Amino acid sequence: MSKDIRIKKGLDIKLVGEAEKTTTNIPLSSVYAVKPEDFHGITPKLLAKEGANVKAGQALFYDKNDERILFPSPVSGTVTEVLRGARRKILAIKINADATIEHTDFGVKKPSSMSSEDVKSHLFLSGCWPFVKQRPYDVIANPNQAPKAIFISASNTAPLAPDLSYTLKGRELELKAGLEAITKLTEGKVHVAVGKNEGSFFQGISGVELHTVSGPHPAGNVGTHIAKINPINKGEVVWTLKIEDVLVIGELFLTGRFNLTRTIALTGSQFSKPHYVTVIAGATIADVIAKNAETTGTRVISGNVLSGKEVKENDFLGYYDNQITAIPEGDDYEFFGWNKPVFNKISTSRALTFSWLTPNKKYDLDTNTNGEHRAFVVTGNYEEVFPLDIYPMQLLKAFMYKDLDEMEALGGYEIAPEDFALTEFVCVSKQPHQKIIREGLDLMRQELG
Amino acid sequence: MSLKQNLHNLKEKYKGTKMAPAFNAIHTFLYLPNEVTHGGTHIKAADDLKRTMNIVIMALIPCLLFGIFNAGYQHYAAIDAAKGVIREASLFGNFINWDNFVVGAWTVLPLVLVSYGVGLLVEFIFAVIKGHEVEEGYLVTGMLVPLIVPVDIPLWMLSVAVIFGVVIGKEVFGGTGMNILNPALTIRAFLFFAYPTWMSGDKVWVHEAVSRTGTADAISGETVLGAYAQNSNLPELGNSVLAGVDKMDMFFGFMPGSVGETSKILIILGGLFLIYTKVASWRIILSAIVGALTMGLIFNGVVNAGWITDTSKFFGLMSVPFWQHLIIGSVLFGAVYMATDPVSGSQTNKGKWIYGFLIGFISIMIRVFNPAYPEGVFLAILLMNVFAPTIDHYVIQGNVKRRMKRLKAKTA
Repeated sequence: MSKDIRIKKGLDIKLVGEAEKTTTNIPLSSVYAVKPEDFHGITPKLLAKEGANVKAGQALFYDKNDERILFPSPVSGTVTEVLRGARRKILAIKINADATIEHTDFGVKKPSSMSSEDVKSHLFLSGCWPFVKQRPYDVIANPNQAPKAIFISASNTAPLAPDLSYTLKGRELELKAGLEAITKLTEGKVHVAVGKNEGSFFQGISGVELHTVSGPHPAGNVGTHIAKINPINKGEVVWTLKIEDVLVIGELFLTGRFNLTRTIALTGSQFSKPHYVTVIAGATIADVIAKNAETTGTRVISGNVLSGKEVKENDFLGYYDNQITAIPEGDDYEFFGWNKPVFNKISTSRALTFSWLTPNKKYDLDTNTNGEHRAFVVTGNYEEVFPLDIYPMQLLKAFMYKDLDEMEALGGYEIAPEDFALTEFVCVSKQPHQKIIREGLDLMRQELG
Repeated sequence: MSLKQNLHNLKEKYKGTKMAPAFNAIHTFLYLPNEVTHGGTHIKAADDLKRTMNIVIMALIPCLLFGIFNAGYQHYAAIDAAKGVIREASLFGNFINWDNFVVGAWTVLPLVLVSYGVGLLVEFIFAVIKGHEVEEGYLVTGMLVPLIVPVDIPLWMLSVAVIFGVVIGKEVFGGTGMNILNPALTIRAFLFFAYPTWMSGDKVWVHEAVSRTGTADAISGETVLGAYAQNSNLPELGNSVLAGVDKMDMFFGFMPGSVGETSKILIILGGLFLIYTKVASWRIILSAIVGALTMGLIFNGVVNAGWITDTSKFFGLMSVPFWQHLIIGSVLFGAVYMATDPVSGSQTNKGKWIYGFLIGFISIMIRVFNPAYPEGVFLAILLMNVFAPTIDHYVIQGNVKRRMKRLKAKTA
């Protein structure tokens, strides 16, 4: 039975620079890169050394903890450089792309006639397993643990998020095949949460449970769906996927090719023409934003403004990202900025701030912190934007003083850093919530397994 | 070179040195810092702790201004009353005038200056020693302190109390956000126990009442609450300003008391402003008022049932109609400005209901049963400050149990 999810707590951050619904094909970049840090919690072991020729879909490295989990190259070409950091940590594997992409052929498969194990091994072999993530800990799913359910978010409510009704258009076949494959991975249910506009794409797809979500951000976060539909208890595991990644899996089964070409949104006020582009994951940022974005005084983010990662022009598009955002840097002082009335910034309080008067106005926010880092003082404001049945400040404090029992008891198994993006945004004390949560989850994973 | 650039250069020059927090404090007072986000969310909401604290100060300014005029008004009214002339207070007649302002400003502004001067000095010293930034907590405490003391409190006593309050009440716990007790009330509690003759009784609440004691010009400096505690009937107090005080005077604040707590209308307006700006918790304010009314009703019930008679020393305050407890003493001031301190109060929404209610309830209980020192609000709030973490603990355990129950239901 489907269950409609409607949340009231949350905050829609409306920014200038929504992507216009036109799509440009970005010409192939000359250099692509896969960054192991995009896959949090794995220990990479190299397969393709410098100078090796690889095809798209061919594994570049695997996870030392589970050799079946492969990380494929998005393009065909030559591995030119393995960038290493401190203690020889692999930062990026750079590939000089061929003029035409050659794909490894994994063979056309029909998921409906495959066994669960066959689907799993096909996902391992083709390098699609990293798309499957798990809660607790928000890391790539451990294939040895059976999930009680799989949650797929087909709703994106983050600021300036790409419109899925636009990016999913015409991809119904891949969607169907992908979802068919995923239903094989669990004996539990596969829950797909869709926004009101995306509902039509999923009509007639059997085997999954559809939920309609509405309300302010984080209505589209998979963490919200899990909490409302089937919350995680100690000892349980659920797997999560993003709908864009389901398309890649679907295409793999339909064509036998691993194709990381994505339609991503270029958003934010620093783009002269915010719109959609098709691009292969791992492309050079400079190629993606070429001649479109203001480059001085700009923060370019691979992902959205709440949970994306800052990138420079010579960096690369994140493996999972479906959006590049460019907003102004705020590295300037503002005279008496702490006590004069504010009309050009967003706030949930009414302390001489006026964004609550104009809920539909779009703001051009910059990266200024609007204040200094302090201890937790104000109470009750996180709860306004946090829809889960968890005490956010108490959980954050438990994560900071690293009391494992409390971390467990207060809901540590149910959360991912992105669930705390809004509380971090509204935080008067400017605490780094997502960092606290990420470090705490890593500790829990290490200590509690 | 502009001021902005000069300050920036100074900040860079002293970066990493002991004195950096002191320069930064002045810099960030004038300018919002140029810090940008790194990791996490790339954008941040508009308000910071300074802005939040600033709102509380704004809400307190009317109480301070009223307190200044009231200090002068009560002084002259007491002199008149000693001569047998009972005044009728009128806001734009005999209240807001130059004479009252001069006396009020002369007595109240030094309290404000000492409170901020000494308190911020201690904060700066601690920031420099410990190498952390000067935090904003004292901005509000510094304004609250002069409003909750008698007008004539000697400045050296106030200085000692402020040093005690900031060091023992806050800094030893780690500074703003880490304290267990409300710092302003810690300062008041120190004064109350260290110098009781200056913090209670029938003299200290009117300017010069203490210094004129025993002279031919003696004046009375009693509060309404003190008079009720002595089972006095206000109109019969012929030589006191209280003889002319009626309920409207209590509501508008034309009566003796601590500097800023007498005007209930201004406290209510300040409270509404704090609730509207979402800086103070409406849950705490509302539940504290409900708690006070409940206790008042219980005592009225006791009187109506005839369980105590007018010979009892508790009779005076017990028989005060329950709602009048809100317009005498500092229950409202405590509920709006003290109980809502987010650091020392309950932090969970459910906890705030319980915390506030008990503050109101216990305030009136202490008021009635402690007739020698009838103002129990600050003691009630300090007591509940201590219990706030316990209240939160049980509220949070409710959430934890719900999670455990879910697990049991699964495994059963």
